[in-house]
Amino acid sequence: MLKIANLRSGYGASEVLHGLDLELAPGEIVAVMGRNGMGKSTLMKTLMGIIPAMGGEMSVAQTPLNGLKSHKRVAAGVAYVPQGRMIFSALTVQENIETGLTVTGRREAPQDLYSMFPVLWEMRGRRGGNLSGGQQQQLAIARALASDPKTLLLDEPTEGIQPSIIKDMARTLKQLRDARGLSILVSEQVLSFALDVADRIVVIDNGRFVHEAQRADVDAAAVERFLSV
Amino acid sequence: MFGEYSLSELASIFAMQGFSGLILFSVFVLMALGLAIIYGQMGVINMAHGEFMILGAYVTYLVSRAFGELPHALFNVYFPVAMVAAFLVAGALGAFVEWALIRRLYRRPLDTLLATWGLSLILQQLYRTIFGAREVGVTMPEWMMGSLKLSDTIEVPINGILVMGIAVAISIAVGVMMHRSSWGRQVRAVVQNRTMAGAVGIDTERTDRLTFAVGCGIAGVAGSAFTMIGSTGPSSGQLYIVDTFLVVVFGGAASLLGTIASAFTISQAQSILEFFLSGSMAKVLTLLTVVGILMLRPQGLFALKLRK
Repeated sequence: MLKIANLRSGYGASEVLHGLDLELAPGEIVAVMGRNGMGKSTLMKTLMGIIPAMGGEMSVAQTPLNGLKSHKRVAAGVAYVPQGRMIFSALTVQENIETGLTVTGRREAPQDLYSMFPVLWEMRGRRGGNLSGGQQQQLAIARALASDPKTLLLDEPTEGIQPSIIKDMARTLKQLRDARGLSILVSEQVLSFALDVADRIVVIDNGRFVHEAQRADVDAAAVERFLSV
Repeated sequence: MFGEYSLSELASIFAMQGFSGLILFSVFVLMALGLAIIYGQMGVINMAHGEFMILGAYVTYLVSRAFGELPHALFNVYFPVAMVAAFLVAGALGAFVEWALIRRLYRRPLDTLLATWGLSLILQQLYRTIFGAREVGVTMPEWMMGSLKLSDTIEVPINGILVMGIAVAISIAVGVMMHRSSWGRQVRAVVQNRTMAGAVGIDTERTDRLTFAVGCGIAGVAGSAFTMIGSTGPSSGQLYIVDTFLVVVFGGAASLLGTIASAFTISQAQSILEFFLSGSMAKVLTLLTVVGILMLRPQGLFALKLRK
């Protein structure tokens, strides 16, 4: 579904990602693990067109993404939940979700989005900025889903979220995958969450994938070594 | 200063000055709405906003001249046609300016300021070349002239009522567009986080162009309304631009309601003070008050309270 080949990217003249290869099957959840500064967010932003790629190929469902503006990538089927959630704080919850509808041409958010996140239905008239962190995270996911994506990118979704909600989130993501056949690429530092949610784990270190394992074969100690500071 | 007037005279003075303040308020609101959309929503300081307004006034003048050639009955309805034409022409020029100039300068507020100031000089000279340096006025159809006599001492001009009506209608239309239409939602999303708006699928460049065009179009409508209460010259726009910025900043840049409230306060203060003091003293007092309030509340009158 999502395919990247020899992807290189970075900021200004300094290269951060040194040629990444990865392929996500439809309905597969892959976790990219790594410490701060190893290139997780850079990968997400490059896929989303927020920072330009320096080389390599990326595509979603055979549509090449290279050089496309962000909104064209959304239309091609990529959706993005950024680090820090970045919801539109002055817009209401409902309006936040509706911003995601732009590429679909629909006027109203499908009801199953709200049934997936009932708290958003209760809060639909409140401003996004007045929600708690966990609610904002749900809102950011719902907003991303409103564009009917084929691939969902989640950048450190557990950051600053309380443990009980992290559990819920893992369950929701798996339900989503089952219901919609969505491929999900999630970057993460918390190994327990990654093991809970992902089918496959890749470890990124200094802009290179250095380790890869199916969930069943993950050597937790080996992965921990890449995560500890 | 109130000593030489009787109580009923004072009441009439306040009523009439209050009403002329309301007319000033209407022009402010129309000017400020366009500016608030462009500055508040896009962060662009458009120094040429007054010239977009004057463009609307000249379009109205041209349309009224063209209708003057037609049978008399048609002349009575030139104004609505002129208003739509003013909106379209000013909006089209706005879209062109955004494409040619503004979009290259989005992250450089000072450069936009200079560039739009240059644009305002170019437009002023253009008007001078095309329409001449002398001010032009439109002939109004009879039904728009005269005044309503409310009491022996209080009269309100009909054209003033019309200008107010237009201001109210446009304010409501802008409010509805901003808060009910998908364009408004996209504009507000882009304002808050341009990068993220793109990443949820909003074409931010198209939204910017449309926003700038609508802001300029509303300035054109303001110009159209302006022809009813004043004559149009190449530099008439300059007279209003400073006041209009004051209104937008005082009201709180991102709030349309704040813009309206602040336009009301400033125009009323100015108009009522003007009668008792000289025009420049009235301005000094109004400005001092506004500066004082802005020092206490830099975010303006109305600002959203949100978790940081």
